[in-house]
Amino acid sequence: MTTATSKHHAGHDPSAETEKEKWLHAYRQMVSIRLFEEQVNEVYTRALMPGLAHLYSGEEGVAVGICEALRVDDYITSTHRGHGHCLAKGASPDRMFAELLGKEAGYCRGKGGSMHIADPATGNLGANAIVGGSVGIATGAAFSAKTLGTDRVAVCFFGEGALGQGSLYEVMNLAQLWKLPVIYVCENNLYNEYTHYQETTAGTILGRATAFGLEATTVDGQDVRAVNEVASRLVERARRGDGPAFLQCDTYRYGGHHVGDINREYYRSKQEEHLWKTDRDPILGLANWLMDRGHADAAYFDRIRDEVRAIMEAAVKFAIAAPYPSVDEVEKHVYA
Amino acid sequence: MPERELTFAQAVREALAEEMRRDSRVCVIGEDVAEAGTPFKVLSGLVEEFGAKRVVDTPISEAGFTGVAVGAAMTGLRPVVDIMFGDFITLTMDQMVNQAAKAHYMSGGHWKVPMVMRTTLGATRRSAAQHSQSLHAWFSHVPGLKVVLPSTPYDAKGLLKTAIRDENPVVFFEDKMMYKLKGPVPEDDYTIPLGVADVKRGGDDITLVATSSMVQIALGAAIRLEKEGVSAEVIDPRTTWPLDEKTLIDSARKTSRVIVLDEGYGRYGVTAELAAVIAEGAFYDLDAPVKRMGAMHVPIPFSPPLEDVTVPTEQTVFDAAIRLCGKN
Repeated sequence: MTTATSKHHAGHDPSAETEKEKWLHAYRQMVSIRLFEEQVNEVYTRALMPGLAHLYSGEEGVAVGICEALRVDDYITSTHRGHGHCLAKGASPDRMFAELLGKEAGYCRGKGGSMHIADPATGNLGANAIVGGSVGIATGAAFSAKTLGTDRVAVCFFGEGALGQGSLYEVMNLAQLWKLPVIYVCENNLYNEYTHYQETTAGTILGRATAFGLEATTVDGQDVRAVNEVASRLVERARRGDGPAFLQCDTYRYGGHHVGDINREYYRSKQEEHLWKTDRDPILGLANWLMDRGHADAAYFDRIRDEVRAIMEAAVKFAIAAPYPSVDEVEKHVYA
Repeated sequence: MPERELTFAQAVREALAEEMRRDSRVCVIGEDVAEAGTPFKVLSGLVEEFGAKRVVDTPISEAGFTGVAVGAAMTGLRPVVDIMFGDFITLTMDQMVNQAAKAHYMSGGHWKVPMVMRTTLGATRRSAAQHSQSLHAWFSHVPGLKVVLPSTPYDAKGLLKTAIRDENPVVFFEDKMMYKLKGPVPEDDYTIPLGVADVKRGGDDITLVATSSMVQIALGAAIRLEKEGVSAEVIDPRTTWPLDEKTLIDSARKTSRVIVLDEGYGRYGVTAELAAVIAEGAFYDLDAPVKRMGAMHVPIPFSPPLEDVTVPTEQTVFDAAIRLCGKN
């Protein structure tokens, strides 16, 4: 955390001050993801965005809780539902929106799109549109870190749908054999696309990781502070050389599998959705905690939302105005 | 001083050892690559020189360790993965086709995947349908991958060194039956560029374009053809991608007759692509349709007399060339 050194004032408890700033920052990060996705939904339904949009709304506590435990040079791999991971790791909304619209100013010069944002500057090895497709890449990044003697850590984000992919079990076995600094973060949002995970998942989720001897634990993904606490412990453990871990984050996808998945009652009820949004919202939860501690009030949260909304609207404008890549780009970057 | 000779396997090992000495980022990952040196003993001695941190034995998890190599290549290493039998590349397909081949393009040129996959091809080893295929056409089909098919010890060393230094994922197919083949291999640090065909034998009457295992077959057929008064040119593309189209077309225009030989399945395979390139580039100079010869469209059978008829031989190539030249 960069805030630790600059905010020491006489009469203040520095650790309390640091903690306050840390969670105000986390709040802002979660709001950024929520409002980014609101804009995606808007842009998509106005038919300005080609392709598919898989929104992260509802799962913000996971990405922010984990990424706040990482250094900028630590690695992440992300998923088709990856906007939250990108933002939480430090990507900027304007270049993300440019990518979502296929523009040259995007992180991938428009060649990747929503499901493939990659950003070397923030250690983002890329979002992957093959479910479980990045488990090898994240484990390989950890292999590099160990072989090259850096103390970087790799975090592999995937949904519980990836539990159906055999390659996950191959790499968890390798990671444990080789004591690699990788953390497998299973975002259990309950649904493999349109199917409840209990219909697709025999046994327990954690049992899959403990079978290989991985340090494995579950956390409430709607509680960003809890996620951050356990993630910090697992990250430091991996950084020390004590090996990989598996973290199951229980969370919920507020929207459909993608923006066009509107009629969802054949696989989940409106009451269920309502309950998660009102009782277990990660942003509301942190706001309540901050208010209870006297760190912020309603006016503060309104101001943050206004600021962030203005940033997101500006980012969308930037992306809409930005040019497409020239057609002669099409054969560039096939080979390095 | 007579030229030094090495076997094909020794040439591969020497290329790896030289590159590992030159660049500490190069490492070998695969099943039984360390003390065992692979079942073909191609890697014997590497772990003794470079240690287990750089010659890494894995569980039998082709998808897993290939994926690890992709991620390691993106983050600072230059892994060389070993897939024991070419048939097992099927297990690595998502990692190679959807990950390794696309990371550079999808990221707009940000990430690179400088890795090599070494694997094998070739039938007639009595290994049956799951240990005998030549599946290099599959990877040749995918943009973002390069595919190398050495046919001599000299080419194996020079091409492998180039592949390891390449910034892209390169798949390097070695013919299992060729590991004991001897040939001159300089001790120098030489490389051979990818995408440059080699004229293995000059000739005027017919061009035999041959890859990997088929180069020796073509050279044998050429000797027999010479006795019949047919002068055959043998061209080895050495890489299916990048492909040296010019050398193939120039030779076809000179001789006007072409047979394309490749041990992959004939249907929808490498021979189809090479024949199309030649037909498009040399159409007005050809005196006969381009003839394709590949593996039969059957799973490779175990029974020796059955297996032997599935792939082109000196005799079948000789017969086809004679017919194409109107000599029978």
